Amino acid sequence: MSSTAIPQPASVDKNAPLLEVREVAKRFGPREVLKNISLSIASGEFLTLLGESGSGKTTLLRLIAGFEQPTAGEIWMTGERLDTLPPYKRRVNTVFQNYALFPHLNVRDNIAYGLRVQGAPKSEIPSRVDDALNMVKMAEFAGARPSRLSGGQQQRVALARALVNRPQLLLLDEPLSALDANLRRQMQSELKALQREIGITFLFVTHDQEEAMALSDRIALLRDGALEQVASPREIYAHPATAYTAQFIGQTNLLHGEIRRSIATCGVMRWPLEEADSPAVFSLRPETIHLCPDGKRQTNEVKFRATVRQQIYGGASELLEVDCGAGQLLRVRLPACGPLVGEHDFVFSIADAIRVSD
Amino acid sequence: MYSRVYKTLVAAPPLLWVGLFLLLPYGLMFAHSFWTVQDGALVHHWNLSNYQKLLTNPLYAEVLFRTMRIAGSVMLCSLLLGYPLAYYLSFHSGARKELFYQLVIVPLWVSYLVRGYAWKTILGSEGVLNGFLQYAHITHAPVSFLLYSPFAVVLMLTHIYTPFVFLSIYASLEHIPRPLVEASQDLGAGPASTFFRVILPLSMPGLLAGATFAFVLSLGDFLAPLLVGGSSGTMIANIVQTLFGATYDWPLGAAISVCILLITLSLLFLTERLEKRWSFK
Repeated sequence: MSSTAIPQPASVDKNAPLLEVREVAKRFGPREVLKNISLSIASGEFLTLLGESGSGKTTLLRLIAGFEQPTAGEIWMTGERLDTLPPYKRRVNTVFQNYALFPHLNVRDNIAYGLRVQGAPKSEIPSRVDDALNMVKMAEFAGARPSRLSGGQQQRVALARALVNRPQLLLLDEPLSALDANLRRQMQSELKALQREIGITFLFVTHDQEEAMALSDRIALLRDGALEQVASPREIYAHPATAYTAQFIGQTNLLHGEIRRSIATCGVMRWPLEEADSPAVFSLRPETIHLCPDGKRQTNEVKFRATVRQQIYGGASELLEVDCGAGQLLRVRLPACGPLVGEHDFVFSIADAIRVSD
Repeated sequence: MYSRVYKTLVAAPPLLWVGLFLLLPYGLMFAHSFWTVQDGALVHHWNLSNYQKLLTNPLYAEVLFRTMRIAGSVMLCSLLLGYPLAYYLSFHSGARKELFYQLVIVPLWVSYLVRGYAWKTILGSEGVLNGFLQYAHITHAPVSFLLYSPFAVVLMLTHIYTPFVFLSIYASLEHIPRPLVEASQDLGAGPASTFFRVILPLSMPGLLAGATFAFVLSLGDFLAPLLVGGSSGTMIANIVQTLFGATYDWPLGAAISVCILLITLSLLFLTERLEKRWSFK
């Protein structure tokens, strides 16, 4: 590991969860914002709370930071009850959505704020602040007021101001949402690299599924205040548990059909499936469907004939919208293949049709 | 682009206003302060005798210092009352915010004179307060220092200016982004530390504006001392009023006015410098 500006906090047990959210619920008046959330975060993990606006992800973050009190349930961190402590007694720091830098303090004093109020030894403060400034490459702006900084620079200062306190857990509330697309991608990779280097546990909130996929060790998908699925990006993309997850993370085709006598039927498509008779929904990613020029299929594949309705060129790949007849439209992503018209044979592997709950 | 005629038409009324009602009177006042009165008639003879009188007769300095003391006390009292009130309302009043705000504002609708007479009724020797003190056997005779004293003037002016001081502080507290308070707590600062390190510095512009307001307006007040001040509570504006009225010595009155104006202007200058120091836009 390279030289670390911020050493990893001593943790009790590598395998024990750092943070445990136990059956937490939150109401604002009649509105139930969080419903019975249970979630644990391992030490050193990068976990993302992903969800649409209003899904409760920011509320969950604010419960952990201490700005809101849970209506029910408990939050524990390294064997200590967290939700009964005021925010200033929690070993948790937050990077706020709009950074919330103190406008009356310069960059250096902003970063030193946490150390000063917590009474860190006076001799230690300047060197720790310098380390933090170097870590986010902002040393040359030490004397500047926040209002003189660009969004990306303010973002770095906010990060340094939180990390200098060596929190056990860093909460990030949509920290990149105010940045433009290019800067955003750059900050994503910096953030990920930084997290790997210092090994602090990150709990990251975003509504951007691509960002969540790019950064996280695990994604916790929230929907209307409840956890929809918690899994690694690869797992959640390859095996979405629900139709909502499949649609929210990446693009997909939802096939509505039924299983009867070990045969799954969705419109014109049929394939063998050893499951009990019932209606069923399958998620089929557009890139798992391929052209079948010779009309031959393997035994584990499903073949269907469809008419190309639309073709959108995307550089390395092309997105087709195809009509399988009876009004069944599918999206198909192919490697760049030149213009396609008329009817074609397509195949997909049975294993790629993931059964999801509706 | 606007035409020249349009620009002139738009600028004329305010310029006329400033010229007629500010610059001209100030010019006249300034000129008067260098003239004299002889045998009950104004003599347009330039001299410094008015300013000499102000410096040599200790009465004027004494009243001026008393005035500044009273204005300072009013400023301090209205800050001590107004700040906590504004802080509570802005940060902790929750759903009752609007109601409390209105309750603070309502007294502003009542005439200054009415409030002055109300204090007379409360503080007088036959007044409500003395009546209560004797009824409760705390005192046996009316307490005389309550009315017709500097204390009464400070009380009445504090009552009048606290809502203004409150409004000014409240506005600046309302402008503090709440995430800053959360950020401070998040970084480990308790309520007191957060107040002194974040909220107080960021509310300084409002605090300074309110303080200046209370001080400057108290400095020039003549109704409160007239109503509840008595002879021991006389302020500089009462002297000016007498000089312009009964005594008919406009030049001396003008000279005192120039002094008050200079004090006020230097104060405003100072406050503006301080406010710049404390603004972070």
